[in-house]
Amino acid sequence: MSLGKTVQILNQNEGLLFESSSPGKIGYQLPPLDVPAVDPRKVLGAGNTRDEITDFPEVSEVEVIRHFTRLSTWNYGIDLGLFPLGSCTMKYNPRVNELVARTEGLAWAHPYQPEDLSQGAMAITAELERAIGEITGMESVTLQPAAGAHGEMTGILVIRSYLEKQGNPRKIVLVPDSAHGTNPATAAMVGYEVRTLKSNDKGMVDPATLDAAMNEDVAAFMVTNPNTVGVFEENIVRIAGIVHAKGGQVYMDGANMNALVGIARPGDFGMDVMHLNLHKTMSTPHGGGGPGAGAVAARAHLEPYLPTPRLKQENGAWTWDYNRPDTIGKVRAFYGNFGVLVRALAYIMAHGGPGLRNATVDALLNANYLRKRLEPHFDLPYQSPSMHEVVFSHSRQEKRGVKTMDIAKRLIDYGFHPYTTAFPMIVPGAMMIEPTETEPKQELDLFVDAMTAIAKEIEADPEFVLKAPYNTRVSRVDETLAARKPVLRWRPQVPVSRAAD
Amino acid sequence: MIGMKSLDELHAHLPADAVIQKPLDIAPGLSEYEIVDYFKARAAECASGYTSFLGGGVYAHYRPVMCDVIASRGEFLTSYTPYQAEMAQGTLMTIFEFQTMICQLTGMDVANASMYDGSTAVPEAAMMACRITGRDKVVVARNVHPEYRQVLDTYLKRQGLPVETAAYDSKRGTVDLDDLAKHVDGHTAAVIVQSPNFFGGIEHAAAIAEIAHKAGALLIWVFTEAVSLGLLEPATEADIVCGELQSFAISPSYGGPYAGVIATKEKFIRQIPGRLAGETRDADGRRAYCLTLSTREQHIRREKATSNICTNQALIALMATVFMGVYGKQGLRDLAHQNLSKAHYLASKLPLRFDGPFFNEFVAKAKNGSPAGQNAALRERKIIGGIPLGDFYPELADCALWCATEMNKKQEMDSVAEVCA
Repeated sequence: MSLGKTVQILNQNEGLLFESSSPGKIGYQLPPLDVPAVDPRKVLGAGNTRDEITDFPEVSEVEVIRHFTRLSTWNYGIDLGLFPLGSCTMKYNPRVNELVARTEGLAWAHPYQPEDLSQGAMAITAELERAIGEITGMESVTLQPAAGAHGEMTGILVIRSYLEKQGNPRKIVLVPDSAHGTNPATAAMVGYEVRTLKSNDKGMVDPATLDAAMNEDVAAFMVTNPNTVGVFEENIVRIAGIVHAKGGQVYMDGANMNALVGIARPGDFGMDVMHLNLHKTMSTPHGGGGPGAGAVAARAHLEPYLPTPRLKQENGAWTWDYNRPDTIGKVRAFYGNFGVLVRALAYIMAHGGPGLRNATVDALLNANYLRKRLEPHFDLPYQSPSMHEVVFSHSRQEKRGVKTMDIAKRLIDYGFHPYTTAFPMIVPGAMMIEPTETEPKQELDLFVDAMTAIAKEIEADPEFVLKAPYNTRVSRVDETLAARKPVLRWRPQVPVSRAAD
Repeated sequence: MIGMKSLDELHAHLPADAVIQKPLDIAPGLSEYEIVDYFKARAAECASGYTSFLGGGVYAHYRPVMCDVIASRGEFLTSYTPYQAEMAQGTLMTIFEFQTMICQLTGMDVANASMYDGSTAVPEAAMMACRITGRDKVVVARNVHPEYRQVLDTYLKRQGLPVETAAYDSKRGTVDLDDLAKHVDGHTAAVIVQSPNFFGGIEHAAAIAEIAHKAGALLIWVFTEAVSLGLLEPATEADIVCGELQSFAISPSYGGPYAGVIATKEKFIRQIPGRLAGETRDADGRRAYCLTLSTREQHIRREKATSNICTNQALIALMATVFMGVYGKQGLRDLAHQNLSKAHYLASKLPLRFDGPFFNEFVAKAKNGSPAGQNAALRERKIIGGIPLGDFYPELADCALWCATEMNKKQEMDSVAEVCA
């Protein structure tokens, strides 16, 4: 059966690796030991030595590759088609980036090898710091945070240390009600009380509301720009002014930076510190949920507080500087997710300055194209101009009993990964669509066709859509059952005869 | 089609005072060939062609070809966090297998889908212990990886959670139990110990657990060398086991990306941070998997979440899962045994600083008391010697931390002996 851009084909069944296991099967070979074999019980002590790893897989090499290859065919990735998850910037992941990250001298560089034998890795790091400083309009950059939320934590710690140095760390962090969940969670982890600000009827921060909430107890305002409705905060410069007037700092969540590269720089519009998700804007692969990298860029007054170590040049050579008296400390071991940084720099080099700007414009174009074509079929709660993503609401479809998650599930049948569902929270039944610049028009048109067809299905037979998906390996997965009776690991089946004993 | 006359109209609505004033100062784009060339040139400025005895939380183990083959499949590489279970069963099932394998290795009941790395898993575990016990102090052994302890300080300090440090026994290099007992009291949420510890030594789980549990504190058991789990008895006395999986097929890559993990007992399941994959059923009753217990997480609980973690290290955890599948039950044990034998061979040639049992790392006194001088002499033979310990432990400034894995050959170790003995 063919639907949208898909056709149903044979797909292999596969159990858990544990279920293919049988005693004595192996899939590895080690070289013979060239030193005397020691007796573990003797050198470690009998009490410290385990007899076996119980219930661990014993499988052959071909079983391993078939197992994981079969499972891979149960997945969907950008390599298969549009992945319009709003706020996640699922753009094409160039393969040359994978190749260069595996270059032997880089992939096998040990973080504790001597600095004079690490100059190439340090030069890459320095070059990326420079490029991100230029893109964000900030004087200083640290590449240590491992992901966006880790970058947020680093940035808020930097603000805290800066304010402490002024004599008072303050108590409160303000976040708009449209913020990512990581923002309030981060503020709490850094010891701040969180206050939420209501967005105005344009889906933006209301300067008057901010002004009323802003006082000398507020350490920082965390703002996402463009915000999670996909709209550029029209009062962003004024917003920064309001926060600064009371001695606060502005943290920018750079999750949506793909809308701004080469067009606007947060350092220029008053942001003090921000993070950039390199696994979004700079195309490093999401890998099913990481690894990412959360570069943090900061204005000059916050530089002394960035995490250690910092790169610096001495007598023409790179060195790590640990002597940083005002630093927030270390946020992770070593120097960051270096392998991800290599990929990000390769992306920046491939595009160059003009290419980065072109990519941004194309991202805006694709989002606005989808907005225009889908607007007749879905409710657009905020009319403000869209940047790189557009947020619809399910309100028209809900009248027929169909919600954003149901539409998302039906979209899977048409061969697309769904958009982001039910976020941001200020849009009831949100459908947040971010196509990115790397999608060709043909793929966007197929997506529009699928969304339009689903809208019609909802008119004709809403019950049908409620039970989607139909064409996947598994039908709708019962998440409630999973949470009510958590089964978080495999356990061997007790044979029936033994269970009866 | 979208009613605009030029591409510039797409961003013409941005306020004038927010718009960039001049083009980005970044050179024009390069071809694929030029990019490869640039990174090859940078790689050549690093330590190519050296034999290394560096460990200290990052280990050079052989990486089975299969791990990159699987992790390079676009369906894994270019997918997202598996929120839409129906089209992410592949990722979800591998996470479920990963969680299970970590449980089998650590002796715990549940494991999460990964943390950023070992160093950030430790403070997350400490915060978890504080939530469970309702207490605020943690006591960490001084022979836990120094950088992990620094990260612990960074995370906990601003939350008003004090961190105290317990000494190590200067003769054995393991935790000084008397000193530990002095620090543990009714305010202690957790005792944090690493085994093998930073010096490579094996800690005594039962004795440490007794001290912690007597005071109502939890025991957090940390590992940096996952290969040791193939031979070491799991610390089932611990309440939380967390650590670093870099040893499982992850290249050293100048410090990351790696994958951390947190495992714990069933009863603490609702306090564990990070993603969890669970088994369930689909609408037709077939076995299926999905992310679960997300009411612990930031996107639902916001400021009340167990952690702010969102993106973790899924692809790295997948590589570790493939590694564990390739080696399997017997292979992990054989691999650990080779590491143990190699390290003990090297150790037999060098003056050891501590006298307790160790796995594949140990501390040795340097020739003439100078790790730097010794390393300079080794460099002439294209060998990178052990990590000088003075920066981390001033009292061990005359010592180096050595590591030998299955990758180190006898001949290289004999060469080290010639220079250092």
